[in-house]
Amino acid sequence: MKKNKIFEDIVHGIFLILGLITVGCVVLITIYLIISGLPAIKEIGLINFLFGKQWASTAAEPKFGILPFILTSIYGTSGAIVIGVPIGFFTAVYLSKVANKKVRNIMETSVNLLAGIPSVVYGLVGMLILVPAIRKIFKVPDGASLLAAIIVLAIMILPNIIKVSITSLDAVPKEYEDASYALGASSTETFFRVSVPAAKSGIAAAVVLGVGRAIGEAMAVMMVAGNVANMPSLFQSVRFLTTAVSSEMAYSSPGSLQRNALFSIALVLYIFIMLINATLNFFLKRDKEK
Amino acid sequence: MSNIITSKDLCLWYGDNQALKNITVDIPEKSITALIGPSGCGKSTFLKTLNRMNDLIPIVRIEGEVCYENKNIYDKDIDINELRREVGMVFQKPNPFPMSIYDNVAYGPRTHGITNKAKLDEIVEKALRDAAIWDEVKDRLRKSALGLSGGQQQRLCIARALAVEPKVVLMDEPTSALDPISTSRIEDLIMQLKEKYTIIIVTHNMQQAVRISDYTAFFLLGDLIEFGETDKMFSNPKDKRTEDYITGRFG
Repeated sequence: MKKNKIFEDIVHGIFLILGLITVGCVVLITIYLIISGLPAIKEIGLINFLFGKQWASTAAEPKFGILPFILTSIYGTSGAIVIGVPIGFFTAVYLSKVANKKVRNIMETSVNLLAGIPSVVYGLVGMLILVPAIRKIFKVPDGASLLAAIIVLAIMILPNIIKVSITSLDAVPKEYEDASYALGASSTETFFRVSVPAAKSGIAAAVVLGVGRAIGEAMAVMMVAGNVANMPSLFQSVRFLTTAVSSEMAYSSPGSLQRNALFSIALVLYIFIMLINATLNFFLKRDKEK
Repeated sequence: MSNIITSKDLCLWYGDNQALKNITVDIPEKSITALIGPSGCGKSTFLKTLNRMNDLIPIVRIEGEVCYENKNIYDKDIDINELRREVGMVFQKPNPFPMSIYDNVAYGPRTHGITNKAKLDEIVEKALRDAAIWDEVKDRLRKSALGLSGGQQQRLCIARALAVEPKVVLMDEPTSALDPISTSRIEDLIMQLKEKYTIIIVTHNMQQAVRISDYTAFFLLGDLIEFGETDKMFSNPKDKRTEDYITGRFG
């Protein structure tokens, strides 16, 4: 009996430690980012840093304004959402409510595959097909642009949106739909006036998850967006918050203002992600309370 | 009294399993018909053939005919949505939509194209009054229907069914999930409704069938064993199996 108790305690202890490792990582990363992100902001000035329109970190007279990156990340993500959410949402409604089992199986498998493709492959395909295509179709000098990044991101967030939306649409009680049919509503009316509203928090969570994925993506956008610190414009090369950090980190010297400013950019990105997560938790919690 | 629904040699299969065998019955209008029988006898299945809710189950196959107002509802040119508007349904478990009380009742009329606010208000009030729940909810029409008690939710579901002005209301054990007081309120309501509507109700509860119905149909293993006036059937059943069932010898 006693022995058993000790064994139980040990197992509990191990689980607790394992759990603490995760929490510890989050805490450490947060603290580290704050400590290393603040000095540059202090030196440059918060307003100059966040709203400065010029980034010229290696110029004789360096400028550290990250407004171009912030806006690019916001525009890029919004663009991806505007394109990706309708496609993902209608796909989810189709798969959950209309498609027969066989079609659903095939399509769900391909959605899962899409989720598993490494982002460098998205970048590669975007670089080789999308970028030249944009150059030809829109007759711009360089196809590597915000538009290319938006399209790649829109495709990358599709699996998230589809999978989470399907889960919440599947969870809508059949009784609601039966009641709607019994009142003489057609299937389309039933899906959009009963099923979708009943699943709306789950669908909102899907969208937020998509936002999180899009704003945090670095590799693919680096390869298709041209990576130049311009103010965002659809057909210009742009640089995202993520790529701003990754592209200069390699050659910035430790302790320099340039490197510290990169940490500050990471901190800004981190705050964005935290806000998105908080929004996500809000929706999920509301879903659970129902 | 004329018959509003008649079925002739109606057979239904779930896959290879025959659930209804040659059901032939005439249901008089503006009356209450109770469908009774032990679990799995086909009474709920039969009820659902009357507004084609079985169509939603892919493996179901149906033969024979069901006529509503002398028109076979299994003909190809039938508008199912129109049929379901005229033959409404109330389910076993109260299933209001997760929206406001008002929107629940207005759902049907809106589906059928009524958008005028004043007209909708009028329909909603009338339906809620007919379902004997107006006084309880008139001050909270904009509140969620899920905040109502089970019995209130079921009366709301009846109101929702009435709002599209059906001629027939099918009820699938509407009181089986409710307490005795709510049950008795719903039974009173059903008896009032037969002035305007034809009611067909599936029930497990034989006392309920005796209390409220004018006609009773007794089902057993997919067969319709006996159909007739409730008083006569319960006092003097023609078939031995009916007698055994209503006297509680099995079921």
